[in-house]
Amino acid sequence: MNIDIDLDRRSFLKMTALAGGAFALGLYKFPGASAQEPGQLTDFAPVAFIRIDPGSVVTLMAKNPELGQGVKTMLPMLIAEELDVDWNEARVEQADAHPELFGPQSAGGSTATPINWDPLRRVGAAYRQMLVTAAAQSWGVPESECSTNCGKVVHASSGRIYPYGQLAAKAATLTPPDLRSVHLKDPKDYRIIGHSHRGVDNRAIVTGKPIFGIDTELPGMLHAVIQRCPVYGGKVKSANIDEVGKLPGVRKVLLIEGALSNDPVAPWEPGMEPGVAILADTWWQAQSARKSLKIEWDDGRGAGQNSGDFDRRAAELLKSPPASTVRSYGDIDGAFKSSAKVLEAVYAYPFLAHGTLEPQDTTAVFSDGKLEIWTTSQTPAEGRALVASTMGIDPANITVHMCRAGGGFGRRLQNDYMVEAAWMARQMGKPVKLVWSREDDFTHDAYRPGGTIGLKAALDTQNMLVAWTEHLITFGEGKTLVQGGEIDGDQFPAGRVPNYSLGTSTIPLWLRCGALRAPGDNAYAFVHQSFLDELAAAAGRDPLDFQFDLLGAAPAPGAKVDPHNPELLNPERMKGVLSLVAEKSGWRARKASSGRSMGLGAHFCHLGYFAMVAEVSVDRQNHVTVHHVWAAGDIGSHIINPAAAENLCCGGVIEGLSHMQQEITLTNGRVDQANYHQHPMLRMRQVPAIEVFWRKSEFAPTGLGEPALPPILPAVGNAIFAATGKRIRTLPLERSGFSFA
Amino acid sequence: MLLKLNVNSEVRTVDAPPDTPLLWVLRDGLDLKGTKYGCGMGICGACTVLVEGKAVRSCMTHAGSVAGQAITTIEGLSANTAHPLQQAWDTLDVPQCGYCQPGQIMAAATLLARTPHPTDADIDAAMSGNLCRCGTYPRIRQAIHHAAEAAHAPALRD
Repeated sequence: MNIDIDLDRRSFLKMTALAGGAFALGLYKFPGASAQEPGQLTDFAPVAFIRIDPGSVVTLMAKNPELGQGVKTMLPMLIAEELDVDWNEARVEQADAHPELFGPQSAGGSTATPINWDPLRRVGAAYRQMLVTAAAQSWGVPESECSTNCGKVVHASSGRIYPYGQLAAKAATLTPPDLRSVHLKDPKDYRIIGHSHRGVDNRAIVTGKPIFGIDTELPGMLHAVIQRCPVYGGKVKSANIDEVGKLPGVRKVLLIEGALSNDPVAPWEPGMEPGVAILADTWWQAQSARKSLKIEWDDGRGAGQNSGDFDRRAAELLKSPPASTVRSYGDIDGAFKSSAKVLEAVYAYPFLAHGTLEPQDTTAVFSDGKLEIWTTSQTPAEGRALVASTMGIDPANITVHMCRAGGGFGRRLQNDYMVEAAWMARQMGKPVKLVWSREDDFTHDAYRPGGTIGLKAALDTQNMLVAWTEHLITFGEGKTLVQGGEIDGDQFPAGRVPNYSLGTSTIPLWLRCGALRAPGDNAYAFVHQSFLDELAAAAGRDPLDFQFDLLGAAPAPGAKVDPHNPELLNPERMKGVLSLVAEKSGWRARKASSGRSMGLGAHFCHLGYFAMVAEVSVDRQNHVTVHHVWAAGDIGSHIINPAAAENLCCGGVIEGLSHMQQEITLTNGRVDQANYHQHPMLRMRQVPAIEVFWRKSEFAPTGLGEPALPPILPAVGNAIFAATGKRIRTLPLERSGFSFA
Repeated sequence: MLLKLNVNSEVRTVDAPPDTPLLWVLRDGLDLKGTKYGCGMGICGACTVLVEGKAVRSCMTHAGSVAGQAITTIEGLSANTAHPLQQAWDTLDVPQCGYCQPGQIMAAATLLARTPHPTDADIDAAMSGNLCRCGTYPRIRQAIHHAAEAAHAPALRD
């Protein structure tokens, strides 16, 4: 594999423009499937995904932002498979943000695979077909006598061969075939899909090449930091701007008025938070100058917020019925009255930060009314729109280059830092690189919102689950909930229990919230799967059998059921991963007396099914060691890049374990945690053995970033219960009296 | 103030106060961007470089304090992935986002220099100061063993 690492980013842009010429296939339609409706095809815009030069060097465009999920390798593999080229000879180039050419270009919701699986293969197949047509015309033979073989068109009966490079110019003059009608390979003939291919940037990464957003360097560039109010959205009353402006290396100190909406709930994407920007010759000079800043803040509406008050308010709200009903069916009251056993529990989970290891950064230059931006966004097109609207610039005058990002996990769905850098670049008339400090990142994140859930459920005399009520205390105002605090009422066991109700009540909040890997699911799976484990124990049933019973139960009246719709819970797929993980972990033969105990968790989200078993031991000081994790997943018919998929799945497990020991708290509106020691992620010595198993199903392949995370939390919590008899109902673990060894 | 630094076997001169963290002198003064900023307080390991063969946190090391000493960054380990650790990281497809990996590799280089055939416990002890937000720890562990065995550990599994 050749790598495009030495390509300077400016020349890259020119080359992309040139690619519209003789060597490009710029003729594609791309499905405009939305993130919410993967697989739904609508009409296309033209685009250039493939470039073949006369020497047969094949260049494939990587359309989506790469933040560690592996799409820069995996998506071009789909094109290469059907184009029929040697993957090891192909080059991959990162595309700019240009959705009119490339279709949707975001990283979020585990959507890259379901959105692109079909169309990108068709892109490759259509180009291959055009190369065949070009060869057949040159030879004067029927196309049906021609075939392809790894970068060459072959006419078998005459023994003639054309390398693709000799056909590309002619192929570019042909009318492309209808993508819907192109011939796709029989999957049994796949040579690339389903085989492990190392990341296309691996060699650049391990030799320290400047490929990340933070590595961007432009001539005459200034380095910037921004001091924002410790309370979200607070404004500058006064600041010693002139004094700081005289410090070594400092070129300018800018007051940022900010551009935040007055909505009762903090906006998903603030245009710009108020603050003071320091621009200097080096980042360290700018950062050092912050120590001399004296700012008087108007803290604004967030100043009185305290985590302890939130907890007290949640406890009060749980005493009353939910303010809003999300879903309700059956006869709840009647079911409880006639039941044999009733269980009640309150679960709670904290706010969390993302803590991407590369902090937020963007480099921007503004000249002649045009902005050029190098960034790490997960939503570069939305970022461009936000910059345009905040600064009053025509989006057509903004170019966004996608740099490799040092992690995303949902944080970079927000483009606040892109706006900040763009604004400073226009103010200065020079290139500006903004790099947030780690403390900026922890204290001005878009947090996974915390929540409290009151649960009540009933078992009948047969120990079957007959009623489930759930009251989520989340944040927002009335029906306007903070991002990441929503719940939809479709989560298991909803639809499988005969009587059900889910409602919400809200606590006002002035703090930006957002999606964290498997948003919602990363909390709700913990709560629901832990409470199901409680119910199984009360029923005297093995938790695995208890889940099988529920999955086998008749769907509740009105429940959406369609085994062919991948967006709806398919009990057979869930039973499949549960059976697989039980078999691989030796679940049925587990012994509580061995000093190690097992727990089970399973969850369906983002079109993927995962079940996990965790094996833990707990010492006398309640230090928990997670020894072994078995994970079984069903994400469809193919694991496109198996080694990367296994790595990503292990990452989901490890991140989920980290979530169990992290929390963000507020004191007087200020975030208490500022760096990794206060929001610790798992370290090497704490990492269990992790085994990943796949159950292939007949469904189209789907994404993996998110569904491989949620089940680990209840699996560990339930294992701790099995080991100690103590139930983990509050996270982080410390708040339940436990910690990881 | 002009500092003379011996970086990757070259003497480089940079104008910076001696108390500037080595990390920022490397990145912004010498344009060696492979060494990464993660936490700024020595707890994540993304900025790990070698000074006289020993792993140090460059975000917590004053550039002036290592003037004249042999500093090795990821760029100096080998420019073409010749080092067994770089090869192992590539072969076993260790990186997810990749941001922490230069620091991980430099920490592993110190480990292997001291302990050519480390056990899992040796790896835990040497590598637990380096955070990986993506959770590539199992692969890092495999890659260190792979590099230690030098030859022919298993390639990628399908």
